[in-house]
Amino acid sequence: MEHTVAHEEHSGGGTKEIIRVTIILSVLTVIELALGFWMIGMPLESSLRLAVKGAIVILMLAKAFYIVAYFMHLKHELKNMIMTIVVPLALFAWFITAFLYDGNSFRNLRNTYDPHYKEQSTIKVEKKAENKHGESNHEETKPAAEKKAVE
Amino acid sequence: MSTATVTPTKLWGGGKSPFNVEYGKLMMWYFLMSDAFTFGAFLISYGTTRFSTNGWPDPNEVFKSFPFAPEGVHAPLVFVSIMTFILIISSVTMVLAVRAGQNMDKKGVVKNLILTIIGGIAFLSCQAWEWNHLYHEGAWWGSNPFLNHDGTASSTNFTNYFFTITGFHGFHVFSGVVINIIMLIMTLMDKFEQRGHYLMIEKAGLYWHFVDLVWVFVFTCFYLI
Repeated sequence: MEHTVAHEEHSGGGTKEIIRVTIILSVLTVIELALGFWMIGMPLESSLRLAVKGAIVILMLAKAFYIVAYFMHLKHELKNMIMTIVVPLALFAWFITAFLYDGNSFRNLRNTYDPHYKEQSTIKVEKKAENKHGESNHEETKPAAEKKAVE
Repeated sequence: MSTATVTPTKLWGGGKSPFNVEYGKLMMWYFLMSDAFTFGAFLISYGTTRFSTNGWPDPNEVFKSFPFAPEGVHAPLVFVSIMTFILIISSVTMVLAVRAGQNMDKKGVVKNLILTIIGGIAFLSCQAWEWNHLYHEGAWWGSNPFLNHDGTASSTNFTNYFFTITGFHGFHVFSGVVINIIMLIMTLMDKFEQRGHYLMIEKAGLYWHFVDLVWVFVFTCFYLI
């Protein structure tokens, strides 16, 4: 009897469903990668770049849905149980919005009221000579300390 | 389900499983939910820091190497896409192991668990290679040899977040591999045959899929965007 209960719980889909979801996940990943490659040559502050990033995030959420719903089988559980897991995760909506907004606002404030910060972030620097680990580790920290002393 | 014939106290009155899932599996779900918040906090913290900074290194410049490739090779996204596919495929073999367990097919469980473990170890090896490579380029917690996208100096936030978050994820992969190995040993010892069910494999499977799920987010946030 136990067995039948356990079996009913996992009704829906068979090997076919697994293959279907695998293909969907692979295709979504390939699209993500294609968008990633396409983005390499784009200018930094373009709105197209932002749109592509948005598309990648949507694809990411689609992948997450397929993994949770089908691989983790959440879709076939009872609705009440799904709700006890999904509803708390809705906190993320506030979490992400509030913190990213805060970060953005902090940057704007610094750029407006901290001329030093603004200036520092426009100075281009030469790429440092390859300071590999183990070889020049102390030298790397020394000049920084000296600089501070000078300032 | 909520029709009038059932008296309200019955469903939660004990002796029944209101969610129709085994206790351990339900608790695994709640653990994974809490783990999702931990990872979410890390990633959102990363996002906040990135939003509050004027410049940020270009992932395509940082992650452009490949094992056994010549020094100056420029192959962005290639290595990490291999890592992603390894994890997706190992997730698929885990689903197959769970399914075999539901059909009481011991051979199928053993075969697919071994494949999953191999996938996990392959992923960890890839990550070890990548960390090692970045370390030798001078990147570590507290040191960032890379410049921002626009050629300005970068802070160490980038490497700190990268190593912390991929490290935390890698630790999850490692514990997942250990759990899967334990499951394999228990299967080989016929523990689940004696119990009459393979529910333990399902719980291990949930954990493993969660690791894959987190990688979807980490991969997007660090390598693509």
